Amino acid sequence: MKGAKKIKKRKAMNWGLMALAVPGLFFLIAYYYVPLFGLVIPFKKMDVAKGIFGSDWCGLDNFKFFFQSPDVWTVTRNTIGLNALFITMTLILSVVVALGLFELSKRKVKVFQTCLFVPYFISWVVGSYVIYALLSPDMGVIPNLMEKFNMTPPNFYSEPKYWPFILTTSYFWKHVGYNALIFYATLMGMDISQHEAAAIDGATKIQRIRFICLPHLMPTIVLMALLMIGKIFYADFGMFWFLPRNSGVLYPVTDVIDTYVFRMLRVMGNIGMSSAVGLYQSVVGFILVLVTNLIVKKRNEDYALF
Amino acid sequence: MVQSKKEKRADRILTFLFILLALFCVVPILYILAASFSDEIRLTKEGYSLLPRGFSLEAYKYIFESPKAIISAYGVTIFVTLFGTAVSLLVTTMLAYVIARKDFKVGRVFAFMIFFSMLFNGGLVPTYIMLTKYYNLKDTIWSLMLPYIIMPWHVFLMKGFLADIPTSLIEAAKIDGAGEVKTFFKIIVPISKPALATVGLFIAFTYWNDWYQSMLYIDSPNINSLQFYLYRIMNNIQYLSTSMQAGNISIDLASLPSETARMALCILAAGPMLVIFPFFQKYFVKGLTVGAVKG
Repeated sequence: MKGAKKIKKRKAMNWGLMALAVPGLFFLIAYYYVPLFGLVIPFKKMDVAKGIFGSDWCGLDNFKFFFQSPDVWTVTRNTIGLNALFITMTLILSVVVALGLFELSKRKVKVFQTCLFVPYFISWVVGSYVIYALLSPDMGVIPNLMEKFNMTPPNFYSEPKYWPFILTTSYFWKHVGYNALIFYATLMGMDISQHEAAAIDGATKIQRIRFICLPHLMPTIVLMALLMIGKIFYADFGMFWFLPRNSGVLYPVTDVIDTYVFRMLRVMGNIGMSSAVGLYQSVVGFILVLVTNLIVKKRNEDYALF
Repeated sequence: MVQSKKEKRADRILTFLFILLALFCVVPILYILAASFSDEIRLTKEGYSLLPRGFSLEAYKYIFESPKAIISAYGVTIFVTLFGTAVSLLVTTMLAYVIARKDFKVGRVFAFMIFFSMLFNGGLVPTYIMLTKYYNLKDTIWSLMLPYIIMPWHVFLMKGFLADIPTSLIEAAKIDGAGEVKTFFKIIVPISKPALATVGLFIAFTYWNDWYQSMLYIDSPNINSLQFYLYRIMNNIQYLSTSMQAGNISIDLASLPSETARMALCILAAGPMLVIFPFFQKYFVKGLTVGAVKG
């Protein structure tokens, strides 16, 4: 009787597990939750010496500034538009790649998996040199190749129209290995007997993919899409900062919220305005996740993120 | 299994397509590798190619001639990567284990806190002000390390692994009188080596390839990480020569192997990760199931 009581008591509050969680929670709170106090910064006339709470209030001045400038439209459009492009392209192609991998022998998968993963383990700094080697006007591989075929190569670094394509391809290049592997891992968890039964019934490969593999992948696809849409208001800063090599001519296509905030903060030192843009990003981004999740939940309860 | 002729052909076509895709992923990097071994003048004249333009080790020689800059950059990166990964892996695994335990109700609250931080956070400016003004981390090596100790995505990745551990194992340890902490270190950690390997690699990769924290918090040239050093010389050839030959006035800028030296630095910065990751690969497939984010 006494022992049972003891176990019940331990269930009420498990201090051992608490102890294990504390260091992690400490860092989580220090890095993700304490900065939430800083969300008041855009409403303040920030004076670093006085600190966040000592600075004077200034109402919505910082927001007025940003929302009256034409930049707000440009960076918002670029962020959402390009991210939407990346998400659809990468998701669709990664699923195709995963389905392809699934049909190959294990030995081949291993080799291809390694190759596809190489770009993932390269930083965008190095990545920007790689893209530069391909595109640079005098020495780049692609301009040289075009010259060989008697075409006049454009200067890619001063022509915005090529950049949505360049950025989408680069994004795919870097992320295809990781994303395809996630879908491949899901496929590997599939019940193989279904396939065997379908094969006996004379189902073709295409039919098997359509009616067995894809339904099995669907929850993962939706989950990945939701997670990516959750980040649609956040750009891959490194890619947008390094790949265009800070070429001002390209800003109309390559400037996104993240690079804009960073320039405001670290180059111009405008805390008020950069924090206003940051808050806009956090809030609208969050609303987008909630709305998308709600839509998914309405259609299929199981697929929703929360 | 007997393959029909048609299937064999389909398999060959599929393999061919995958070879193309693999080349698409790998070849661009080979251009950098070739360029790093090229002759500077021929490279600038003839452009990048898959084979080095006239084999030359000048670029690497140049970098290691006055090795202070590169050694210090390696030092910073290696220190941050090793120490950061060790701490982060420990803290991440402990937290992931706690939220993976279904019998621990408070764990759900923690899981939600981690999940919520993925969806909503203060963003760049508040975090920046906190770290510089209140935590006093500006221009310290800790500003490169501490922000990545807990990354929500890694916690969920780890939780996915640990949730598969049979409860009976934990209960058996309890009956033997082991406390939670002891159970974790003596039983959970040893059987989770594949998980630790995968998540550990991703954490190490985050640290090794990071330039973002440096860009935000580092002004002093003494705490250049590899990636940040590479970034600093991207648009500034002079930075490369001045950081290497400080004091030496008679530098002929035109004769410097600037283009090839940058490429050699790329190889030096990216190389170690590319050599290491294939050894961890076999754990990936098991580890990368993402269902753990939910529930």
